Amino acid sequence: MASLRDIKARIDSTKKTKQITSAMQLVSASKMNKAEQNAKGYVPYSEKMQAVVANIANSSTDVSHPMLQTREVKKTGYLVITSDRGLVGGYNSNVLKTLQNTIHERHQSPDEYTVVVVGRKGYDYCRKRNIPVTNSILGVADHPVFADIKEIAQSTVQMFTDGEIDELNIIYNHYASAISQVPTKKKLLPIEDLHEQGDLTAEYEYEPNQDEILKVLLPLYAESLIFGALLDGKASEHAASMNAMRSATDNANDLIDDLTLSYNRARQAQITQQISEIVGGASALE
Amino acid sequence: MKTLTVSVVTPNGPVMENEAEMVVARAESGEIGIMPNHIPLVAPLSIAAVRLKQGNDEHQLAVNGGVMEVSSNKVTILAQSAEKPEEIDVQRAREAKERAEERLQSKQDNVDYLRAELALQRAMNRLDVANK
Repeated sequence: MASLRDIKARIDSTKKTKQITSAMQLVSASKMNKAEQNAKGYVPYSEKMQAVVANIANSSTDVSHPMLQTREVKKTGYLVITSDRGLVGGYNSNVLKTLQNTIHERHQSPDEYTVVVVGRKGYDYCRKRNIPVTNSILGVADHPVFADIKEIAQSTVQMFTDGEIDELNIIYNHYASAISQVPTKKKLLPIEDLHEQGDLTAEYEYEPNQDEILKVLLPLYAESLIFGALLDGKASEHAASMNAMRSATDNANDLIDDLTLSYNRARQAQITQQISEIVGGASALE
Repeated sequence: MKTLTVSVVTPNGPVMENEAEMVVARAESGEIGIMPNHIPLVAPLSIAAVRLKQGNDEHQLAVNGGVMEVSSNKVTILAQSAEKPEEIDVQRAREAKERAEERLQSKQDNVDYLRAELALQRAMNRLDVANK
């Protein structure tokens, strides 16, 4: 059995770790609330945007825009949203596993796909495994504003318009609830499922004309989808971090309980031994 | 008098929701005024002020591009950013303006002119709206 002093030292160090993890849990919880609010505040924009785009797409059948057309897929782009730091449980590994599986299923050679990464974890992962990374953004704020990711969103959408990639998928953790984040893969471009959404109530007049409007609107729409996914991912990140820290705190508590038990046992054993030594000594004197 | 409901929405949340008798915006094809019972319309906006008229009052908003949608007496402006005059950071806009001007005048090959020009427009727009 370990000595009393060893056990005491382990209890102390576990207590200190627990202090850190429980503090981080609280921090993540408050960040999560904020991130959830951000994601909610963004909903009106994305809904309005979707409604307008769907209305235009529905109102006439002959809309044509490169972003609406399905081309033969020669190269696929993946936009992966990860976090910058660890301590977030399975958050990053779930997303990266999804990415890896998708690549395995669909591609034979690295020429067929390229990756745009948000977050250091994803960036390091891709670099280590020789996955081609075209663009990356590291150090995104905890509560991103649109300007933070405007550039990468624009350049990614531009890649599609320029024909560099023929399909754009986005992989991120969808925030289902505080305790459940679902790794999600979504096809972003070409925009496909528009015709099912929206109502056909209004017949619009277009100023100057439909094509010009689509030229402005569709990139905005695609960028807004990317931003939406980022907000969703951030909320998931904080939720995942909160859960990871909570279970770390719980584990630390269990460990402290176990150690305290064996500490007390060792102490008892020591006392018993001392008593029997004294009794033994006394009886030897008689 | 009849009014329109105007809502300005950005990715960071709604900026305002208000009633107005007339909305004047600068579309890419020129200025347009929207009054109640306007037919449904969609138009891309250029970087400029959007003016809301209510009686003798006039409110301004600095809107950075985006799209305007009009249907059933509702005007919805979707933009990547939009600010009320009191929310504008004049100092920052002034700095952005100087930076953009510097870039435009530098005449170097590695300068993205389009971007600098847009930055300049945004800064000027903010300053215009803030100074009224």
